[in-house]
Amino acid sequence: MAEMLPLADAVDALVRDGDGVALEGFTHLIPFAAGHELLRQGRRELELIRMTPDLLYDQLIGMGAARKLVFAYGGNPGVGSLHRFRDAVEHGWPRPLELEEHSHAGMANRYAAGAADLPFAVLRGYAGTDLAERTNVAWVACPFTGERLAAVPALRPDVAIVHAQEADSGGNVQLWGIPGVQKEAVLAASRSLVTVERIVDVLAPRPGGVVIPGWAIDAVALAPGGSRPSYSLGITERDNDFYRAWDEVGRDRDAFRAWMDAHVLAGAAA
Amino acid sequence: MSGNDGARPVTSAEVQTVVAARRLRAARTVFIGVGRPSTAAILARMVHNPALVLVYESGTIGAKPTRIPLSIGDGELAQTADLVVSVPEMFNYWIGPGRIDVAFLGAAQVDRFANLNSTVIGDYDAPRTRLPGAGGAPEIAASCGEVVIVAPHSPRTFVQRLDFLTTVGHGEGPGSRERLGFRGAGPTAVITDLGVLEPDPHTQELVLTQLHAGVAVEQARAATGWELRVAEAPRVTEPPTADELAALRELVSR
Repeated sequence: MAEMLPLADAVDALVRDGDGVALEGFTHLIPFAAGHELLRQGRRELELIRMTPDLLYDQLIGMGAARKLVFAYGGNPGVGSLHRFRDAVEHGWPRPLELEEHSHAGMANRYAAGAADLPFAVLRGYAGTDLAERTNVAWVACPFTGERLAAVPALRPDVAIVHAQEADSGGNVQLWGIPGVQKEAVLAASRSLVTVERIVDVLAPRPGGVVIPGWAIDAVALAPGGSRPSYSLGITERDNDFYRAWDEVGRDRDAFRAWMDAHVLAGAAA
Repeated sequence: MSGNDGARPVTSAEVQTVVAARRLRAARTVFIGVGRPSTAAILARMVHNPALVLVYESGTIGAKPTRIPLSIGDGELAQTADLVVSVPEMFNYWIGPGRIDVAFLGAAQVDRFANLNSTVIGDYDAPRTRLPGAGGAPEIAASCGEVVIVAPHSPRTFVQRLDFLTTVGHGEGPGSRERLGFRGAGPTAVITDLGVLEPDPHTQELVLTQLHAGVAVEQARAATGWELRVAEAPRVTEPPTADELAALRELVSR
């Protein structure tokens, strides 16, 4: 049963140094507040997992919190590069970053296999690419037709952290809009934290709403505005100006560190 | 004559976008990322094909954006979509089985068989430039009905040899896609700011078949990192009509 906790307590209880942590969100509902709390608590040696690392992972990587990145697409959507991610890969700053990269189809199926508690997933993918030689993929023959298919290992993060619009007091969660792979990530992970915009008495059904029952979640934390500068459909708007401005901030090591000190680390909970 | 709203001359980027939009006249569904392909697809809905179904990787199917989205996950895409699906559903139920007619893709490098690199420039283990990575491109290019590549025409982009093969276009030529078990026809056009390249029906090597007005063959040759083959009589792009240009400029200004 999900425990309702303050964000700092939830992060403290669920995330350990060295964990494989998936802070998911596909251009929507990105759990920035929880990611920043990881930094304030000084979590280290993380294996960060995400289909589409964007600004939040750029920040975690730039602060040296990550040992490894498991991903499919690392960019600032519609803007360009993630400069901290690039600096880590190209120059090892502030530390080298081990990479394990997949395609989106591969990552999505790895999460789905993890959620299903299966050892691997099959898909038509990776064939003919250089990626196949650089990542964790194998080939299997379909036992019924003989077709050659790609097999990717199930993804089982130690912790999944996602953001949603609402929870009720029982810790049942509902999110709507672009659902990404949040449900799969929560069900694939050993431990899970959902941050929410608001607590409501009753979850009213929403078109396209994804409900995750409280008994399948470890902790729920109230974090209004917790996906900013990403957004929570119907409650907050995506701050496109911030995504554009990040290009300049992230480009320079000192400007980046100064920004993080002022806007993230200085916000430590009392 | 080309349409012209006042005195502003048509830019090569505008021509590229208009030509890309024209490719979607008869398509039912198009898969798009952000940037120029997205602008082209929205333009196609405005002027050529109002029923065109826009599919974004974020899971929004049948999105009807009124403005050009910055990211594939902008709120307007979800709010106007016919349906919004999870990422596993997008790839396993919609893209993989070949339900999408046309995919628009970009890349940092394109080779003569329309294979794409969006992973690294330089060596994988010590890259000069780390690019974003594969994203959905490998499976999108394998399975969508056809692929249209939209890229800037320069020797940095059109290279003799890819630094990394992220996405298979026509592989090593005839038979490659069949051997790999791909369902879609693969790249049918590469639309650049200078013209259009299409695969030769026999060798599948890209051939310059169309030039935008005012562009010389030599310009395209010089902007291509391999010995570019040129059709006997390359077509000249029909300049943007007044309607196309007005709609594009209005869209960009929103």
